[in-house]
Amino acid sequence: MTNAQKNRIIDKSFQVFGIVCTFFGLAILAILLYNIVIQGAARIDWDFLKDLPSRRPQKAGIYTAVMGTIWILVLTTMIAFPIGVGAGIYLEEYAKKTKLASLLEINIANLAGVPSIIYGLLGLEIFVRIFGLGGSVLAGSLTLSLLILPIIIVATREALKAVPSSIKDASMALGASKWQTIWNQTLPASIGGVLTGVILAISRAIGETAPLIVVGALAYVPFAPSSPMDEFTVMPIQIFNWVSRPQHGFAVNASAAIIVLLLITFMMNGIAVYFRNKWQKKIKW
Amino acid sequence: MVETMTIKEPMDALVDNLQVEPPKKTLIEARNVDVFYGNFQALKNINITIEENSVTAFIGPSGCGKSTFLRCFNRMNDYIDEFSIKGEVLIDSKKIYWRNVAVEELRKEVGMVFQKPNPFPKSIFDNVAYGLKIQGIKDKTFLEERVVKSLKDVALWDEVKDELKKSALALSGGQQQRLCIARTLAVKPKIILMDEPTSALDPISTAKIEELMFELKKEYTIVIVTHNMQQAGRISDKTAFFYMGDLVEYGETKQIFTNPKKERTQNYITGRFG
Repeated sequence: MTNAQKNRIIDKSFQVFGIVCTFFGLAILAILLYNIVIQGAARIDWDFLKDLPSRRPQKAGIYTAVMGTIWILVLTTMIAFPIGVGAGIYLEEYAKKTKLASLLEINIANLAGVPSIIYGLLGLEIFVRIFGLGGSVLAGSLTLSLLILPIIIVATREALKAVPSSIKDASMALGASKWQTIWNQTLPASIGGVLTGVILAISRAIGETAPLIVVGALAYVPFAPSSPMDEFTVMPIQIFNWVSRPQHGFAVNASAAIIVLLLITFMMNGIAVYFRNKWQKKIKW
Repeated sequence: MVETMTIKEPMDALVDNLQVEPPKKTLIEARNVDVFYGNFQALKNINITIEENSVTAFIGPSGCGKSTFLRCFNRMNDYIDEFSIKGEVLIDSKKIYWRNVAVEELRKEVGMVFQKPNPFPKSIFDNVAYGLKIQGIKDKTFLEERVVKSLKDVALWDEVKDELKKSALALSGGQQQRLCIARTLAVKPKIILMDEPTSALDPISTAKIEELMFELKKEYTIVIVTHNMQQAGRISDKTAFFYMGDLVEYGETKQIFTNPKKERTQNYITGRFG
């Protein structure tokens, strides 16, 4: 066998291996989705979305969980977006490349890998106990903000880094200050990447369960929160609660809620992809 | 005719010459400039004076410090970590490395054109108006006048007048570079620094920009870094040759190219090294 033939066989077999790997992941996901849809799709109707929780599976709805998730989503975005993007801009554009800066950088990268339950414990101690916020929406949002801050900071920095320095030079050379350059050139050119990072981080936050359980989100909340200080539950906790009940009806409810949660997550990821494509097409260097 | 051509004493001729061309004002001056990147000394004790309304070319092999020196005139080196400078750089008799100098103000006086055309990802109009807008100027008619004037000055107006709202990135390389020059002119600087402005362009675009420099010289003072000997010979009044951080020779371009005083200059311009 010649070398060229050997190489071709290796090439071919790796291609097959790659295809198998790809479809293995997809197939498992498909089976999961299939099971959930079969079990839960029929349960989703308007009443399911707008009903309050109940002890009877047929009457139970996900209204409070959906509202809790929306509250958490909005508050977390409002807290994490400005802080994360601000920190990212500072680290990328202003901070001198000193030892302290590289220490910060390593730590932020490390924080992104800390298990979410640890953030829950941190939130419990600081926000719930020291700040006395209790098991409120605000305490939950602050905790989730901590969790996704490293992701947003890293994504922001990557997006800013992708803006060619020639553009910044041109702006500075025309007499623009650093902030004018960031505001007029760097941010508009990188906003697609920044938003993509933020949305992906937030869609991770709405799927989080562990830190919110630690912080004190309740499985049974009879009313939707009406202020940041109210008690709350979110969809993953509601699902977790239903799954652990013995009645078959609740398993069906859980499947239906999973479908709703997945739809929300897919929608957010879709928005992220849309922004990325839209802005990448617009700017070609 | 013959009668008027009386022979004059050498001294008289000199005086006459002075009257025809009064001595030009010095606009840029460097005194004992040393530049360091960390421990590496990029420029060694440079002294130079550059006159108003002239074109001065900086030549020398890559890494000789000519671009570094150019960027000292508008303080674009400030953002390089570990950059430090000793000595004085004076623009219009003002020390620009003084602590209380606002670099933003300095850069309105000293514009810069870069090696690769770097238009903003904005419309042609917004590119040219950018320098004025960041100064807080909002008057639309004023902005329009300046943009039109600047585009005419770089001979780009006829090519783009119907598509000012089109993205500047759609222009050709040569057009982009002329747009970048127009963007610099709109701020009305006294000095235009050009860092190898034609190295990324085709010969026709290069010729257009060289032609442009002759025109711009009337109103502006131009300092250009170039790797192209012929270009330096064609366009500049004075030439400075840098080698390994030293200013080897500085003088009238004609003299540098026909009768250099230093052997190293001779070797470089004849292509024996570099």
